[in-house]
Amino acid sequence: MIRLENLTTTFGKGQDRFTAVKDVSLDIKAGSIHGIIGFSGAGKSTLLRNINLLQRPTSGQVFVDGVELTGLSESELRKQRHEIGMIFQHFNLLNNRTAQQNVELNLKFAGVPKKERRERTLEALSIVDLADKASAYPGQLSGGQKQRISIARALVTEPKVLLCDEPTSAVDPRTTTSVLQYLSDINASLGITTVIVTHEMNVIKAIADNVSVMEDGAVVEEFALSSLQEPSFEPITPIGRYLISDEITLNRAPKQTPNLVADVARV
Amino acid sequence: MNFTSVVLATSNGSAATFNFDRIVELAPEIWVAMAQTFAMLLVAIPIAILLGTPLGIWLYSMSPNGLRPRPRVHRIVDGLVNTIRSFPFLILLIAIIPFTRFVVGTTIGTAAVIVPLTINAIPYFARFVEQNISQLGNGVVEAAQAMGASRGQIIREVLLVEAKPALLSSITIMTVSFISYSAMAGLVGGGGIGDFAIRYGYYRYETGVMLLAIVLMILLVHAVQFIGTRLSRAADKR
Repeated sequence: MIRLENLTTTFGKGQDRFTAVKDVSLDIKAGSIHGIIGFSGAGKSTLLRNINLLQRPTSGQVFVDGVELTGLSESELRKQRHEIGMIFQHFNLLNNRTAQQNVELNLKFAGVPKKERRERTLEALSIVDLADKASAYPGQLSGGQKQRISIARALVTEPKVLLCDEPTSAVDPRTTTSVLQYLSDINASLGITTVIVTHEMNVIKAIADNVSVMEDGAVVEEFALSSLQEPSFEPITPIGRYLISDEITLNRAPKQTPNLVADVARV
Repeated sequence: MNFTSVVLATSNGSAATFNFDRIVELAPEIWVAMAQTFAMLLVAIPIAILLGTPLGIWLYSMSPNGLRPRPRVHRIVDGLVNTIRSFPFLILLIAIIPFTRFVVGTTIGTAAVIVPLTINAIPYFARFVEQNISQLGNGVVEAAQAMGASRGQIIREVLLVEAKPALLSSITIMTVSFISYSAMAGLVGGGGIGDFAIRYGYYRYETGVMLLAIVLMILLVHAVQFIGTRLSRAADKR
């Protein structure tokens, strides 16, 4: 469904030149949930934004459902984007529009006639169980509800692909589970190809079929999550091993406890 | 004792008489002056909104981080806006006299003051629009772009909707500022409540009449601010 070929994305010029994505090629199967994991600054968000050309790659090609996007005209690209939904870490909902108006806006952009919009909007809201919040403004909703509204907004045009940029990084652990459950259910029932960028291995373990590990702009390793079941499996790279262990290990120095008795005695 | 006049102490020790009879006598003139002030605002402010909004959107769009960056063109228009904004109003009033004559056929009176007021108000409001939009952040714009929105759709359906409360506050600030600018018009016989205050209060030493004019201005500013704050708050759903 998604094929990325030799993508490279560079920012800035001269001394400030910075390559966020380095020669990445990736193949994401239709209907799968593909995770992209890495630390901050690894280039995973840039790579995700390369898929819908929110960030144009400096070189390389992007195929979504057989269509090469980088060569399209602006209006053709807009048309293709109606087939690619996206959700964000900070939801990016319009504060001055209700939940329903936020979702409906996507249909408006897609040129869906007004009569049809209302019905499809309510349908999308009921997929995320928020039909009762249709007339609420984002300011009146919790973080988890806002993310669900943004999922409904992304889904309402019935896209083939859903891009998720750190969708659970701004919500608490319980809400994370709920958001992932919706994404998983939607993937299963609608067969929508889902790409999810995160720095949390727990998220990948919970939802992804396959994962790409990124470091310094490059994909350093890829594996299927099912292989984690095999006892002999071990990631090749140190970062891959580190990420799947998902433990916080500190180098704790011995405490320099002041010896009060001695201090008192000295006085 | 005369109940129709109140003696007010002034700083130099002389007494100013606030004479109600005199006020009643001048009432028709006060009404005319008020009407002239309203006329100035009712022409200048809507035109400033009508022309300043696209200019502000354009400034935002062409800026290096805008929807369609055109840094070189942006720098020129940006400079032009700054130039008009840097004129003290009184100087602008005089500087554009030929233009004013060309537009309204005269250089004195209320109509003549409306021209420089409007010229001043357009870039003034454009700056507000540009700032209010650029403060919205990139998030909503990116979301709209990801949804396949065109630039026009992003401006109409996203930016102007999200900036609406801030724009209403800006209109309020602009109106209050221009009540004061319109008063300056008195110096060139432009009419309005400021002109009235200068003619009676200053030229004829009728301090009571001057005070009344000031009170009317204060009431007008308060009313504008009250309504503006209400509208802005009602529009803000954050």
